[in-house]
Amino acid sequence: MATAMETALPNDPKIRGDIVLPDLPVGREELIRGNHSFHEITEIVCRVNEAPILATPKPFIFGIMLAGSVFAMFGGYIGYLYWEGPGIWGNNNPVGWAWDIVNFVFWVGIGHAGTLISAILYLFRQKWRTSINRYAEAMTIFAVLAASACVALHTGRIWMDYYLFPLPNQMGLWPNFRSPLEWDVFAVNTYLLVSLLFWFTGLVPDFATLRDRTTVTWRRLFYGSLAMGWRGSHRHWVTYEKAYQILAAFSAPLVLSVHTIVSFDFAVSQLPGWHTTIFPPYFVAGAIFSGFAMVQTLMLPARAWLGLKDIVTVKHIENMNKIILLTGSLVGYAYAMEFFVAAYSGNDYEGFTFLNRMGGPYWWAYWIMVSCNVITPQLFWFRKIRTSVAASFILSIFVNIGMWFERFVITVTSLHRDALVSSWEYFVPVTEVLFLLGTFGLFFFCFLLFVRFFPVIAMSEVKGVLPQANPHWEGYHKGEGHGHGTAEGAGGH
Amino acid sequence: MSTTKLWGYLARYENPAELYHACEKVRDEGYQRWDACTPFPVHGLERAMGMKPTILPWIVLVCGVTGSVGMLGFLIYAMNELSPYIVGGKPIFSLPAYVPIWYEMTVLSSCLAAFLGNWILNGLPRPHHPAFASKAFERVTDDKFFIMIEAKDKNFDTKYTRLLLESTGASLIEELED
Repeated sequence: MATAMETALPNDPKIRGDIVLPDLPVGREELIRGNHSFHEITEIVCRVNEAPILATPKPFIFGIMLAGSVFAMFGGYIGYLYWEGPGIWGNNNPVGWAWDIVNFVFWVGIGHAGTLISAILYLFRQKWRTSINRYAEAMTIFAVLAASACVALHTGRIWMDYYLFPLPNQMGLWPNFRSPLEWDVFAVNTYLLVSLLFWFTGLVPDFATLRDRTTVTWRRLFYGSLAMGWRGSHRHWVTYEKAYQILAAFSAPLVLSVHTIVSFDFAVSQLPGWHTTIFPPYFVAGAIFSGFAMVQTLMLPARAWLGLKDIVTVKHIENMNKIILLTGSLVGYAYAMEFFVAAYSGNDYEGFTFLNRMGGPYWWAYWIMVSCNVITPQLFWFRKIRTSVAASFILSIFVNIGMWFERFVITVTSLHRDALVSSWEYFVPVTEVLFLLGTFGLFFFCFLLFVRFFPVIAMSEVKGVLPQANPHWEGYHKGEGHGHGTAEGAGGH
Repeated sequence: MSTTKLWGYLARYENPAELYHACEKVRDEGYQRWDACTPFPVHGLERAMGMKPTILPWIVLVCGVTGSVGMLGFLIYAMNELSPYIVGGKPIFSLPAYVPIWYEMTVLSSCLAAFLGNWILNGLPRPHHPAFASKAFERVTDDKFFIMIEAKDKNFDTKYTRLLLESTGASLIEELED
């Protein structure tokens, strides 16, 4: 029920979504601003997808061409890697894992925010998630694709990648199912597949909306086949929602398990700096942290450019910033605890590794990590900063950078000082920048295509959180006896 | 054979409240082969329609348990019989080291069951439906609410059913052809 404050919001949808409302004494502010009818929600969301191909805005075409050429460059880079082998990287003898694994963990971590938003927030009945979940789920899938590319390409002999799959080789040997690296194959593939199923399930009703609205044949065929004949039957909705709930319930532990298993790649080894039991929770917190930052990075420009400010309001941004603050603090706690445990264990190697992280040859990476992940997110304690779009965007970029460096610090600084001083080596990247850039090309190319052709907001879910979606909404009783009070008319209070 | 045959009636409502009350009426008249179509799940409508809960959770349970037990069996068989070898000092039968894959495959089999079960139980993909012939029905995925009553229903009567739908305050009633 809108308060006087909300009805006093300006009529301009360009600024309405950015205005910070004071907390209400009772209840919460409306999730969607502007008293939109169901039809208006459809219009706002579909407008982006329904523009004719030739009328695609020029900046968008430029963006997709830029991302496409970086992606194409990545293709060339893969060819080069295939031909030359990982010798084109700066990896050396103690540092056998570097940017390949750093990029992998970075990307797979980003994916976790999407699943957290779509699954855990769903199970906790956090209705504000409906405005951002589609976006975040798409981000998850493309991030996991980028991660899979990294991990598939780091094996050296890429053509032997099928050794990762549960197949016996020519000598009848099966892969070692007790190895963390094999666990990882299962975890990441399960994650990718389940995220895809979840995403697609959510998309079907919205594909049906696009199918029903279009007059263009190719669109009707395209969206029609994706919608699979969805007709919004309530008998279907009941099973559908149950399936959605079950998928959410199974994805929720997946959020925790996938990055736990990724952390096992490190923690199960016996290397000082990796062999710690704090890794699983620490990795999961970091993953959610980095993922929410990436959602912000993608969403803040998009909501302005695509005119979605009424649906993704400053309240959503604030909520996400709170999660960034929480997980950022958890990550900071984990950094501190690693040092404490290293000191408390009394183990010389462990102690050396951590002091070396802070003040060794890679001190700069460590301090970039700490300042971006622990210090700057603390600014979100201030409501002014938490609710500022510009500040959120800048801080989200900091977090993205910091989380990439976190993985760099964990991977490279732990490896470059081996047990024997004679095998110490400093790692310097050679062509890896193109590798990282290429995965960004892949990610943004997919993402921009998604924005152009798929509904970026889960329309059917957003409609479900509007007040008039409830058949017992008080607005309907006012109109009793007046015949058909339409939803459009019922928007006022 | 190609003579058009009445498939059923389609009634349109403008908001969830009207649909809800209309569904209660249709339910109370004892119709079985009918449906309500909405742009988003209207919560509580299943009660107004007198629906039984879906059996999907049981399908997921069966598939999940099968996948889980099957995968654990496979892991034990593969590591102990097919190719027993020791790497990293882990014993050949080391249950804790089987847990991650066992767990992931439990999740995967349950999710596949939920996904496929959903579409199979709903009879989708289904390329055509008589209601798709209606122009008005295109708004079902946007902002309109519909009730369909099939002519096959044993209570169906061309006159009486139409009157019933009119009495529920439908803003439009159409005949759907098979």
